[in-house]
Amino acid sequence: MSKKIAEHNPGRKIFSSKIATVVVWAITIIWTVPTLGLFVTSFKSDKDILGEAWWNSLLNPNFSFANYKGVFLGDGTESLSSGVLPYFINSIVITLPATIFPIVVATMAAYALAWIRFRGSNFLFFSIFALQIVPLQMSLVPLLLLFTGGAHIGSVQIFPALGIAGDFAGIWLPHTMFALPLAIYLLHNFIAGLPRDLMEAAHVDGANHFTVFRRIVLPLSIPGIASIAIFQFLWVWNDLLVALTFASGTEEVAPINSKLASLVGQYGSGYTQLSAGAFITIAIPLIVFFSLQRYFVRGLLAGSVK
Amino acid sequence: MSEFLSENLPKFSSVLSVIAAFFIILGLIFAIAGRANGKKARPIALTIFLGPALVLLLAGLVIPGVRTILFSFMNPDSNEFIGLGNYQWMLEDPNVKTIMINTILWILVVPLFTAALGLLLAVMLDRIKHESIPKALLFMPMAISFVGASIIFKFVYEFNEPDQVQIGLLSAIVKFFGMTPSDWMLSKPLNTFLLMIIYVWTQMGFGMVILSAAIKGVPADIVEASALDGAYGWRLFRNITFPMVKGTFIVVLATGVVGALKVFDIVRTMTGGNFSTNVLANEMYSQTFVQFDQGKGSALAVILFLLVTPILIYNIQSLRKERAHN
Repeated sequence: MSKKIAEHNPGRKIFSSKIATVVVWAITIIWTVPTLGLFVTSFKSDKDILGEAWWNSLLNPNFSFANYKGVFLGDGTESLSSGVLPYFINSIVITLPATIFPIVVATMAAYALAWIRFRGSNFLFFSIFALQIVPLQMSLVPLLLLFTGGAHIGSVQIFPALGIAGDFAGIWLPHTMFALPLAIYLLHNFIAGLPRDLMEAAHVDGANHFTVFRRIVLPLSIPGIASIAIFQFLWVWNDLLVALTFASGTEEVAPINSKLASLVGQYGSGYTQLSAGAFITIAIPLIVFFSLQRYFVRGLLAGSVK
Repeated sequence: MSEFLSENLPKFSSVLSVIAAFFIILGLIFAIAGRANGKKARPIALTIFLGPALVLLLAGLVIPGVRTILFSFMNPDSNEFIGLGNYQWMLEDPNVKTIMINTILWILVVPLFTAALGLLLAVMLDRIKHESIPKALLFMPMAISFVGASIIFKFVYEFNEPDQVQIGLLSAIVKFFGMTPSDWMLSKPLNTFLLMIIYVWTQMGFGMVILSAAIKGVPADIVEASALDGAYGWRLFRNITFPMVKGTFIVVLATGVVGALKVFDIVRTMTGGNFSTNVLANEMYSQTFVQFDQGKGSALAVILFLLVTPILIYNIQSLRKERAHN
């Protein structure tokens, strides 16, 4: 049996295993070294960073957590007077609803498109599928105008100014809107694949759509929902464009990723701030990635290989 | 500490109450709507399940998209039509010419490298023991934001005067081979390619993982049969493996094109679009939010949209085919 599996793999007949092992590990090392470099740098003092290359520092280590303390809580410089901690918290406050809202709305829509029959359902599905590729740059300005000024036809106000620009709600809402096309498409693939008999049996027993959704669809879709939620979480945490457009850069609402981006351009922000700040920013995504890798890969495959 | 709590506790409590309120309202709607029966039950269910998504899509994507197209024919403040002025500016401005050339370079080079390297690694990973460790490490940059990745590479591309210690890896390697390092971010046109490396570095894992799954899906009997016919190595890859994963390869290429078109964070963080590295998505942001010219910004967004349209049509056609099969 094991011999048979070994014979199966097409790759086994294309490369010899020795060459493959050497090449894969060489590329893996090249791919990992830049991150390692930043990691080592983030523990060095400003003078050491400039005076000695990080790979040499590994030989005579002189590392400390001072950079992290300064970046987290503030180091007294103008660019980081009160540290990145408030921005870190903003990121959490932005990311949680901006993940939960679109997933819930998309799961409901995906159920309707897959299991409630109505005219135009197919057309609607294709339209939503098409929307996922439209650059969000197409929406930024009008959406921002809607939040600040409402909507008018002529001089008649047809939609009030929401007054949520620069507020957390003003970031949750665009993230929710922009996430829907892909989330609906992926969840539809998942939910449409649930067994038809199960749905029909429930309806025969007198269950309505709301009961079927809660008792059957939701529990069975948890793996699919989890993988898409991880994606959305990483997307929101790592986003810069929506944050720059809809959150002012202030300590009150701006997420850590946009604070980090602003540090790069700021005069006087040193290497210590950049290296430790970058690691604080990427720590949460990396933890999520390594602990939930299996779901992450499943989410990728759901969208691409069908 | 107490100051920290008094500043941030309200944020946490308000976010938790917003989430709680969201679920309570949803539960109430479900409970009330669930009582409807007879002829009205289905339209009510449909409205509740599909309504919120449709309203959000219309208000967030469809209507703003149409308005952006209108704005592209208007002046900077979007209160007067000026015809094709913004598009004419694009044709005549020398900066826009550089931007277009760079953007085309991005969508030609980046997807090809991402997909080809992903395919090479997918094929070789299939061949080695303990593939999960290199796979995880190669895939890891996908979890890092473009801003974070840019800072990682800022240190790699760091440059000091030739007589000083080189703390950037690239400069040190160049020096090791006896050449003189230069200020990489100022060297045209090399700097654009150095920015592309950052993108390839983060996104290659995507191609690798889905191509790896596709290769494992190639039926064993086909491989065995062709091996009996003497197909090994390059011939096996060209005649059997690649044709079987071609569809997935195209998906990776198309995803790469769309991603490379929208690249914004890397250029903004590394060079701010200076030194001839600017691209369409970054210029769109600058025109709109730095120059406050909504007309030019919208026209650039429309070009971005037109450039993805072929992929959009291709995707719809393949989805149609796929659905016809099922």
